[in-house]
Amino acid sequence: MAIPKEQLDSVKERVIQIVSQNGAKEEALLQILHDIQADDNSLSEAELLQVARALDIPLSRVYGVATFYSLYSVQPRGKFIIRICESAPCHIVGARAVISAFEEALGIKMGETTTDGKFTLEATSCLGVCGVAPAVMINDEVYGNLTPDKVVEVLAEYDADEA
Amino acid sequence: MEFFRSHVLVCSGANCSLKGSRGVRTAFVEEINAQGLDKEIKVIETGCFGLCEEGPVVVVYPEAVHYCRVDPQDAKEIVREHLAKGRVVKRLLFKGDMELPGVQTWQQMDFYSRQKRVVLRNCGLIDPDNIDEYIARNGYEALGKALSAGPDKVIEVVKKSGLRGRGGAGFPTGLKWDFTSQAPGEQKYLVCNADEGEPGTFKDRLILEGDPHSVIEGMAIAAFAIGASQGYIYFRGEYRLSIDRLRNAIEQAREYGLLGKGILGSGFDFDIDIRVGAGAYVCGEETALLNSMEGKRGEPRYKPPYPASVGLWGKPTCVNNVETLANIAPIILEGAEWYVNIGPKGCPGTKVFTLTGNINNAGLIEVPMGITLREIIYDIGGGIPNGRSFKMAQTGGTSGGCLPEALLDVPMDIDSLEAAGSALGSGALMIMDDTHCIIDVVRCLLQFFCHESCGQCTPCREGTRRLYELIDKIARMEAVEEDVSLIKRLARTMEDASLCGLGQTAPFPILTTMRFFPEEYKAHIEEGICPAGVCNARSHIA
Ligand SMILES: Cc1cc2nc3c(=O)[nH]c(=O)nc-3n(C[C@H](O)[C@H](O)[C@H](O)COP(=O)(O)O)c2cc1C
Ligand code: FES
Repeated sequence: MAIPKEQLDSVKERVIQIVSQNGAKEEALLQILHDIQADDNSLSEAELLQVARALDIPLSRVYGVATFYSLYSVQPRGKFIIRICESAPCHIVGARAVISAFEEALGIKMGETTTDGKFTLEATSCLGVCGVAPAVMINDEVYGNLTPDKVVEVLAEYDADEA
Repeated sequence: MEFFRSHVLVCSGANCSLKGSRGVRTAFVEEINAQGLDKEIKVIETGCFGLCEEGPVVVVYPEAVHYCRVDPQDAKEIVREHLAKGRVVKRLLFKGDMELPGVQTWQQMDFYSRQKRVVLRNCGLIDPDNIDEYIARNGYEALGKALSAGPDKVIEVVKKSGLRGRGGAGFPTGLKWDFTSQAPGEQKYLVCNADEGEPGTFKDRLILEGDPHSVIEGMAIAAFAIGASQGYIYFRGEYRLSIDRLRNAIEQAREYGLLGKGILGSGFDFDIDIRVGAGAYVCGEETALLNSMEGKRGEPRYKPPYPASVGLWGKPTCVNNVETLANIAPIILEGAEWYVNIGPKGCPGTKVFTLTGNINNAGLIEVPMGITLREIIYDIGGGIPNGRSFKMAQTGGTSGGCLPEALLDVPMDIDSLEAAGSALGSGALMIMDDTHCIIDVVRCLLQFFCHESCGQCTPCREGTRRLYELIDKIARMEAVEEDVSLIKRLARTMEDASLCGLGQTAPFPILTTMRFFPEEYKAHIEEGICPAGVCNARSHIA
C-alpha cells in the first residue's frame, strides 16, 4: 500500500532529527523507535518508512523490530496506555479483579481503546515491581497494591487530562 | 567536612517510591527545617532495605531505628519526637507477627539478622547518588587491587571463588571470563545483563538503584580481566525511568578517573554505555540480547558458537548478570577463600531472592546459598499471612519448579534445587497459600510463555500454545485421561527441540505440578471438581 506523500512529508523532519540525535546507526534503532513513539504511543507506516530511509536499511527490518517488542505498537493507541501485569505473582494477589475493574470503569475490554482515544488497556508481563503487586503501568507511571476501589481512584487522577 | 548528629535514610527503591517515599522525604526535610535542625540532621535517599511489604521504610542513624509504613505525617512526628526529643515513635516500628519487647536496631530484626549481605552490602547504608559514600566503604579498592595484580590473577581468583552466574544458568563466572580472554581478537565486549524479565524478579533493578557503583566496579574488573575496552548495560525498557541514577553514577565514575582512559593511572581504558530494551522477555537470553543491542529483533542465536567467541557484532563478548558483577569487588578484596566458605561446596556465596505472593514480608533478601526454603519463608519471610497455610512455592521464576510442603527443607542452592526437580534460576520465589488452585496458576504461567515465545522455532511457538490449551481444558473440566500423556509427550519434544532456554523450560511448571500435586489434576480431570474452588466451567481468554 502506497503511503500518501503528504503523510511522508509531515513526519520527515521529526524522524530525521531523532535519527541523527541517536547517531544514525542501526544499533540505535530501538532507541529511535522509543523516541518517535513518545508523541502518540504508536508508530505510523510513514514514520517507519522514513526511519528505514534515514538508516538506509529495508523497511521490512524496521517493521520487524517495531512489531517484535511489546512496548511498540503499529496500531494507533490511546493517549494513556494502561498496562496491567498478568504474571503469576500479580495474578495470585488479585490481578484479575484489577483487570475487571479497569474494563468496567472504562467500558472497554483488554486490548481496546476508549472511543475518545484517551485510554488503551493492554496486558503485560511482569513489570518488575512485584513487591507491590498487583501492579499496572500507565504510560511511564507505575501504580501498585491495587484493588478495584483503588482503580477508580487512580483513574480519577486522569480526569482533568483531555484526550 | 560537615558533621551531622543524625542521619535519616529514606528508601528510594522502586517499591517504596511507589508507596510514596518521595513525599516522605520532602516531609522530613520540611519539618527538620521548621524545627531548625537542618545543621544537625541530614536526610538521605538510599537503596532498597528489602522489606518492601512494609514500605516506605525509613531508618534513623546512629541508633539504626527502623520505621515502617511511614507517611508524610509520620515523618513529621519522627522529627518532633525522635530527632528533637530522642523518643522513638514506637507505633511505627516493625511488628511482624508479635509485639517486640523493645526498640530494635534494624540489624537486630529477624528479617535482617538472618541475612548475609555481600551484594546488598551498601543498600540502605549509603546515598547511591554520591560516589564518595561508595568509596568511603572501600569502593573501587578492588579495582585498584585488580589492576596491579593483572588479568590472569583476577581470573584465577574468580575461578577459585567458585562464583556461578546469577542470571539463571549458573555457569562458572571465572571460566566464562577465561574463555573470553583466550578468544582471538583485538576488540572484545563486556555486557551487563539487566534485562530482568523473569516474573517475580526485581533484584537487579534494586541493586542498580541502591548501589550502582558495585556493578560499575564489577564491570571494570571483568573488562580488565577479559581485555574489553567497551562495556554495555542492557536495561529493560520498562525500567527506563530509573536510568537517570545509573547515568549519574557512570558520569561520576568518569569524573573520578574510574572509567575512561588510563583508569587509576594504569594503561587500562574502559567505558560503559547504556542500551534500553523495548519489552521482550526473551531478550534476557544472552544471544537474543546481543541481537537486540545490534538493533535487531531479539531472537536467540544458535549456540555454539557461544558469545565468548562470537558475540556482539561477531566479537568475543562476555555477558554477565547484574548480581554476578556485584559479587566481584568483595571477592577480589576479601579473597576466594573467604567466598568459598560462604554457602555449600560447589555453589558458594550468597543469593539475592525476591519474595512475592502470599508471604508476610514480601521484598528483597540476601542469604547464604544453601539455607532452606523453610527458613526463608518462615524465619525471614514472616510466614503466610491471614492465618492461611502454605501450599506451593515456585522457585526460579516462571520456568522454575513448583515445590510442595514436603520439600520445604530443600537447601536453596543451584545443585540441591536441581536435584529436587526445581531450579534456582534468577532467585524469584513465589509463595502460594491454600486458597489457590494449582491448575489456575499453571495456566497463568503458561499464558506468559505463549505471550513471550519469540516465534522463531516451532517447538516453542506451537508447543507453548498447545500446552496452554491443554491446561485450559483441564481448568474447564473438559480434559480426558489421554490429555495427560499428550502433555508429557509435548513437554519432552519442547525440552529436546526448542532453540533456547525459553522453550526448553516452559513445560517445567506443568511437569513439576503434575509430579507434586497429582491429586489436584486428578480432581479436575476425573471428578470434575476444583478443590480450591477457583476453576469452574468458565473459559479464560489468553
Ligand atoms: C528466556 C531466557 C531469559 C533470560 N533472562 C535473563 C535475564 O533477564 N537476566 C539475566 O541476567 N539472565 C537471563 N538469562 C540468562 C542469560 O542467557 C545468561 O545466561 C546470563 O545473562 C549470563 O550471566 P551470568 O553468567 O552472570 O548469570 C535468560 C535466559 C533465558 C533462556
Ligand atoms: S508479577 Fe506483576 S509486577 Fe511482577
